[in-house]
Amino acid sequence: MAQTVKDRVIAIIAEQAVLDPYDIRPEATLESLGIDSLGLVESIFAIEEAFDISVPFNANDPAESEFDISTVASIVAAVEALVAARPA
Amino acid sequence: MNRVVITGAGTINALAHDVPGTFEAFREGRCGITELEIRDRDRLSIQIGGQVHNWDPEAHFNRQQIVLYDKFTQFTLLAAREAVAQAGLNFDGHLGYESGVVLGTAGGGVNTWDENYRAVYEEGKNRVHPFVVPKLMNNAAASHLSMEFNLKGPAFSVATACASSNHAMGLAFQMVRSGGAKAMLTGGSESMLCFGGIKAWEGLRVMSKDACRPFSLNRNGMVQGEGAAIFVFEDYDRARARGAEILAEVAGFAMTSDASDIVMPSKQGAARAIGGALRDARISGDRVGYINAHGTGTAANDKTECAAVADVFGPHADRLMISSTKSMHGHLIGGTGAVELLACIMALRDGVIAPTIGYEEPDPECALDVVPNTARAAQVDVVLSNAFAFGGLNAVLALRRA
Repeated sequence: MAQTVKDRVIAIIAEQAVLDPYDIRPEATLESLGIDSLGLVESIFAIEEAFDISVPFNANDPAESEFDISTVASIVAAVEALVAARPA
Repeated sequence: MNRVVITGAGTINALAHDVPGTFEAFREGRCGITELEIRDRDRLSIQIGGQVHNWDPEAHFNRQQIVLYDKFTQFTLLAAREAVAQAGLNFDGHLGYESGVVLGTAGGGVNTWDENYRAVYEEGKNRVHPFVVPKLMNNAAASHLSMEFNLKGPAFSVATACASSNHAMGLAFQMVRSGGAKAMLTGGSESMLCFGGIKAWEGLRVMSKDACRPFSLNRNGMVQGEGAAIFVFEDYDRARARGAEILAEVAGFAMTSDASDIVMPSKQGAARAIGGALRDARISGDRVGYINAHGTGTAANDKTECAAVADVFGPHADRLMISSTKSMHGHLIGGTGAVELLACIMALRDGVIAPTIGYEEPDPECALDVVPNTARAAQVDVVLSNAFAFGGLNAVLALRRA
């Protein structure tokens, strides 16, 4: 069965956090998972590569970026939107 | 210990191809950051930079030289010629044995790497030019300076990312001060504005797509630059005896390591370097009138740097001026401290403080006098130049009016 966007994003975050995907809860923040600024930039790179999308994210001001990284769920939602908007 | 003075300065950067032109741009608060003119620009998400325009190597070097000189070496030689001419030194005699060169560069011959990787990977060629290695090596510029000017003492290059030039100039200062050399050429150079050089930086997502606005609340990252600045550091007694014009005295230097994070800056590490430079110079903090900031325009650097300055200077932090000229010439990475030392010399000699341009909104976390947008006339006697590199390596120079 094909993995959903959510499964794949969670797998990427889990790899960064060195956790089992099962332990990544949607309401978790990256900080609570122990992912620092470098881990975040690496996760976004991995997401872009996995889905062939471009994520609008500037590390200077994550809060102001269009890409909401406040929780795992918000990241999944943002990636789903970018994937949906991807040219066919 | 010997006193150390600067008797020559030279540069090429996005603002001008010499020191007088750069000073003029500093006074006018002119921005040298433009749309990049490089191959495959359309495949970059960052398309601006402090690029040296109208660069014609053939106006300065012959064909045999150009095949050996990466752009970072070309920039170095041009800047050094201006500096040595101003100093009026000839190293052909005994002085050559007592003089050397220490240069900062983070990447060395990045354009040479880039062009030749293209040739073998993209174009599928199986042969490269025989001089690729001597052209790209990090010490090439230092070695070519030694050959052009007959510098037979200590000669090497320093690579500490964005602090390379300050580390290099600090070491040159220590050599002249200790008597290990009578004169040193020092400074730094960088030429990373090529497809691979920018693509690598894009990856970190700390780059601005529109402008470098240090200390401004709406800053959104750094902008790369390129170029070089070279100085003649000379023993004070020697310079005075020969009647040389003294641009400034190098009074102190300190370097520290954060020993904590490969990219995030540390207030403590920066503060220890600033405080250390003052102690080395035996100057009390309240005499400092101006600081040329590292001021990259990233969220992390600018607030950390301001907090470090506030820690070191206490109430005097509100009286001194601090500006980032990266807003005009961009971040020259390993060459940046050298170009920025020019703003320190201009402050001490001409009584003009270079501004932080592109400043639009005050940031409560950077609540210092950042000399926003317009140069300012002010007499200052002591200035500092900060450099805080990736890898947590900090290097601060203290200069005094001659």
